[in-house]
Amino acid sequence: MATTPGLERTETSAPTPRSHHARLNRQQAGAGWLFVLPMVVVLGIFLFLPVVMAAWVSVADWTGRGAPWGSNVSFVGGTNYAQVLGGQGLAGRDFGTSIRNNLYYVILVVPLQTALSLTLAFLVNKRALKGKGFYRTAFYFPSVTSSVAITVLWLFLFSASGAINAFLGLFAITGPNWFQDPRGIIHLILGGGDGPAALQQPVLFGISTWEWLAGPSVAMCAFILMAIFTTSGTFMLLFLAALQAIGEETEEAAMVDGANAWQRFRYVTLPMLRPTVFTVLTLGTIGTWQVFDQIYTGTRGGPAKTTLTPAYLSYDAAFVSQDWGRGAAIAFVLFGIIVIFTIIQRLVLGTGGIDRTTRRELRSARLIAQASIQAKGGGDVQA
Amino acid sequence: MSRPDTARHAGERHGVGHASVYIVLTALALVYIFPFLIQVANSFKTDEEATNAGLALWSANWTTAAYKTLFANSDFGLWTMNSLIVTVLVTTGRVFFVSLAGYSLARLRFPGRQGVYLMLVAVMSVPGVVLLIPKFLVIKSLGIYDSYPGMILPLLVDAAGVFIMKNFFESIPVAVEEAARIDGAGTFRTFWSIVLPMSRPALMTIIILSFQGSWNELNHFIVSTQSPALTTLTKGVASLASGQLSAGNQFPIKLAAAALMTIPVAIIFFVFQKRIMNASGGAVKE
Repeated sequence: MATTPGLERTETSAPTPRSHHARLNRQQAGAGWLFVLPMVVVLGIFLFLPVVMAAWVSVADWTGRGAPWGSNVSFVGGTNYAQVLGGQGLAGRDFGTSIRNNLYYVILVVPLQTALSLTLAFLVNKRALKGKGFYRTAFYFPSVTSSVAITVLWLFLFSASGAINAFLGLFAITGPNWFQDPRGIIHLILGGGDGPAALQQPVLFGISTWEWLAGPSVAMCAFILMAIFTTSGTFMLLFLAALQAIGEETEEAAMVDGANAWQRFRYVTLPMLRPTVFTVLTLGTIGTWQVFDQIYTGTRGGPAKTTLTPAYLSYDAAFVSQDWGRGAAIAFVLFGIIVIFTIIQRLVLGTGGIDRTTRRELRSARLIAQASIQAKGGGDVQA
Repeated sequence: MSRPDTARHAGERHGVGHASVYIVLTALALVYIFPFLIQVANSFKTDEEATNAGLALWSANWTTAAYKTLFANSDFGLWTMNSLIVTVLVTTGRVFFVSLAGYSLARLRFPGRQGVYLMLVAVMSVPGVVLLIPKFLVIKSLGIYDSYPGMILPLLVDAAGVFIMKNFFESIPVAVEEAARIDGAGTFRTFWSIVLPMSRPALMTIIILSFQGSWNELNHFIVSTQSPALTTLTKGVASLASGQLSAGNQFPIKLAAAALMTIPVAIIFFVFQKRIMNASGGAVKE
């Protein structure tokens, strides 16, 4: 017999082609489930189930003792949410303050990190550049270190007599005591003081117009610089992947057509980078709304609550004040804010679902950027 | 300007040859590197010197006092041990589970596959910080609060990792696997001895990300543990930062701790630099 062992086996174990096929299908279905089972179990228990439980806690009066679904815990409706969103009392004002702080953080960090990482990517993408590897390494290194280690370093650099102020001193500038300084920078520009009486009334979440307009505090500015410093490398890699996917041929073609450097950037490269810009803006927004590790390590919300963020406030309400319902409610409100911001971005930039059309390498680069921001511990960036 | 015309033209075309690009890049690189140099330099200074002359990279009186205090008067050794245990177990588990799931979603046809995929997408859209309280609730009710299982199990699978592997498997030709299957290899054997060996680049990406992720993880350990015996480096150094060791600002000790905890991720980074810097990280078969 000249049959190969493989064929022989097929013949003996499968009397007809059809039943052989069915058996393979069954086997595959079994294996398919077996293979995804660990993932389904882990994600189900530690991601899906928790969300359901927290949803219950956010509408209940659980105090942290016993099980959250015990008989002594009762449904309180929207009380916790009202407490957070109503702007009344300390709980309401703290939430309002945390939203203001984080809003300025998002507004400043997201555009600056996007612009800087795009610039860095352009600079290190040149084919003829010498020492490319060195520059990329230098820019990316802060992205692999933990947010705890970076925060420790930042507390030192920005201390009253620290390196930053010593550096400013070289130019005869007296730097502030960064992490102890609660003054808002817009207030500082306006000359400080209490502001006009007309702006003193609480308008939203128990915060007055004047307080909303404070701007990020000097302390928050130090965190803003830190975020830009530690994320620009990751996003630089994402832009580099996109630039490499575009290739230099496109740009050369435009050059032949007589376009100058600015025109080539504005009308050829930038439009092709649009999906990546969208990705970076989205990942940036989601990440910057989740500032936690830095605050926990560095300031615990101080000075004068000007670095309080919703993520930290949620933790503090639950784990420190044992006000679990309020903590869970803040977490869900934060979730809502992130969803709303993502949708607004999608509407404004009008590029929803763009990743389906981009190349596989870009999709992978995006996933890796996402995972590596998560891996830094700078708040999970999942989108 | 004695260079031939063609050379000058080439220089212009790529925007280099201009010293300005190098000046800008070098200045920027300095800004990125200098903080780390300051960190290391100041960890070898005395308290007063670090406080008063933080910008200086040089000191006349080097001292290793900070490192000695760190090991003698804090649980730094224990923290390192805990971080190591968690990181090794999480990384090992994650590589296995994530590639299994990725393979299943990329290649195998089974009922409910679409549902699993949708669950994965849904799970990825939940911001991690929102899960702090919920995770604590589940860990507590499962009775694994303040234990290694509570620290490790929830980190064993990461949705982004599953997608990275799924993407990779979809990029390799299916023919080899079909040949193996015709030869009678079972699904797991095909996966284990045919597909996985072909997937080294993507697996390396997962290993790097998992190692970095679990080594740098902070908030999960805050909500899953409380006993000092289970404190990891991130949690321990964060407590140092808020100044719990003794009086004074203790900058050298804190900087020493931060520098030491950066070493493992720095080593991984420099060893696998090429792979990391290739932005798609080998996650797609070229």
